[in-house]
Amino acid sequence: MTVAADERIARVGVARRLLVRPELGAVVGLVLVFAFFAVQSPVFRSPDGIANWLDPAATLGIMAVAVALLMIGGEFDLSAGVLTGTSGLILVTLATRFGLNVWLAMLAGLVVALAVGFANGLVVTRTRLPSFIVTLGTFLMLQGINLGVTKAITGTVQVSGLRRAEGFEAANAVLAGTIEVGGTSFRVAILWWVLVTAVATWVLMRSRAGNWIFAVGGNEQAARAVGVPAARTKIALFMTTAFAAWLVGSILALRYTSVQANIGIGQEFIYIIAAVIGGCLLTGGYGSAIGAAIGAVIFGMADKGIVFLGWDADWFTFFLGAMLLLATLANRLVRRYAEEVRH
Amino acid sequence: MILETRGIGKTFGSVLALREVSMGVAAGEVTCVLGDNGAGKSTLIKILSGVHQHDAGAYLVDGREVRFASPRDALDRGIATVYQDLAMIPLMSVWRNFFLGSEPRKGLAFDVARARRVAREELRAMGIDIRDVDQPVGTLSGGERQSVAIARAVHFGARVLILDEPTSALGVKQAGVVLRYIARARDRGLGVVFITHNPHHAYPVGDRFVLLNRGACVGAYGKADVTTQELTALMAGGAELEELAHELRRE
Repeated sequence: MTVAADERIARVGVARRLLVRPELGAVVGLVLVFAFFAVQSPVFRSPDGIANWLDPAATLGIMAVAVALLMIGGEFDLSAGVLTGTSGLILVTLATRFGLNVWLAMLAGLVVALAVGFANGLVVTRTRLPSFIVTLGTFLMLQGINLGVTKAITGTVQVSGLRRAEGFEAANAVLAGTIEVGGTSFRVAILWWVLVTAVATWVLMRSRAGNWIFAVGGNEQAARAVGVPAARTKIALFMTTAFAAWLVGSILALRYTSVQANIGIGQEFIYIIAAVIGGCLLTGGYGSAIGAAIGAVIFGMADKGIVFLGWDADWFTFFLGAMLLLATLANRLVRRYAEEVRH
Repeated sequence: MILETRGIGKTFGSVLALREVSMGVAAGEVTCVLGDNGAGKSTLIKILSGVHQHDAGAYLVDGREVRFASPRDALDRGIATVYQDLAMIPLMSVWRNFFLGSEPRKGLAFDVARARRVAREELRAMGIDIRDVDQPVGTLSGGERQSVAIARAVHFGARVLILDEPTSALGVKQAGVVLRYIARARDRGLGVVFITHNPHHAYPVGDRFVLLNRGACVGAYGKADVTTQELTALMAGGAELEELAHELRRE
């Protein structure tokens, strides 16, 4: 569409338009981190290397994208990491101990995950308590259930043997298999991650729900005043995060065919960090799904890159912290520039 | 008269917030409700906009008595209220804000192209000069935000626009801009209820003036019957001002 000429628009210019995109900081970070590792390590930039670091990026990315939507909607979900464990444990336990078909076991896991997401959303919207506290409660409760129930059923802290379950081969191929591209095998999870990012971006930018998500995160009262179903939007966001946790939990369970009862603990902050690197504000109302996906790639690169360079993996968390600080500073600058009041 | 109150009143417990207030607004006219802090202006708007319900007198829309259960009811009858703390999201673009809660659809999707186009056209039709509808509302000045909120109400079929102190937080120039849009809305045939405590803002644009003090109506005037000076004096209570001047005089 052609925009009628206004002499001042030209002055605003393309530069500003690019700068106000929330994912700008993440793109810059992506280029820098890639260059840093690619220059020093030929393996890192080879197709095999790329397949290698895209894998952790994919499973983290699916979660980061969902968490980003939730954060744009103004809420946190600290139970998301543990919920991946809960979903995986349900899948493996039902399939191996109760003889359920893998697909049915996955369905059961999905129902439980969505119920947890719904409960999180309901409590947050009804009580108006900070979601940080509510989901911290869910997080601790799920952690207890994961360990307690697993120990009660198996006597150990893990369930395994999914490979022998009925329907495993098909489910494994769909969620945890690999695809050959030019002689390199890539994890199929990468496709799921791309799909999740594409759908999330469409919802955010091109649907009414997307407008509502930005609005409830930006100013919930104002959104409510113009008729936005704020509670429904938030509950749906918590359920989306829960759905992503189920997807990732199932992918990991099918890939490793066993699940540790303590899996996912601590991951919830990694999701939030990836979303923040991708341009999400902690205060809500601003951010991007693509940004969160890029944040996840930066993680994947650093995670594997440090190993490729032969460094001690302990340096990973240092890198994490540094990236987070830099990203938050960059985001603040971008936002100030975007919001600069003109009279 | 599109909208009219006859001897309307409201009590909160033992507090008489509003008594015996009669006012009205016709299409293509601006009725100014003037009063100092605590005069009952906000109670009156809240009754008009459906937030509160009156417990005395009558509230008429199109000559028929009404009792709104919620602001939505008032909106459905074409009575839109633009509050001082606007229902706008600073980080969202002008066009996203413009259609928030009433997004145009195209299949499953939010018709983004149409939203952009209509927002731009509506703003232009109101004579509102927004550089770019993609810019976040947070980058607009106070006057521009008020103007966008007014344009939005007009676009969504408001027949009566209730403006709650739209100029009070603004500088002289910005207030002028908003007054111009009030006049523009009036010229498009809307009835405007303009709440303010500033007679200098009310007088140039108003057709009728209703003065409130301590919850009661202390005067209602047509434009021909009153001057800015008289309005100021009536509002502050002329005697009180003189007394104050006397007190502050140098010994």
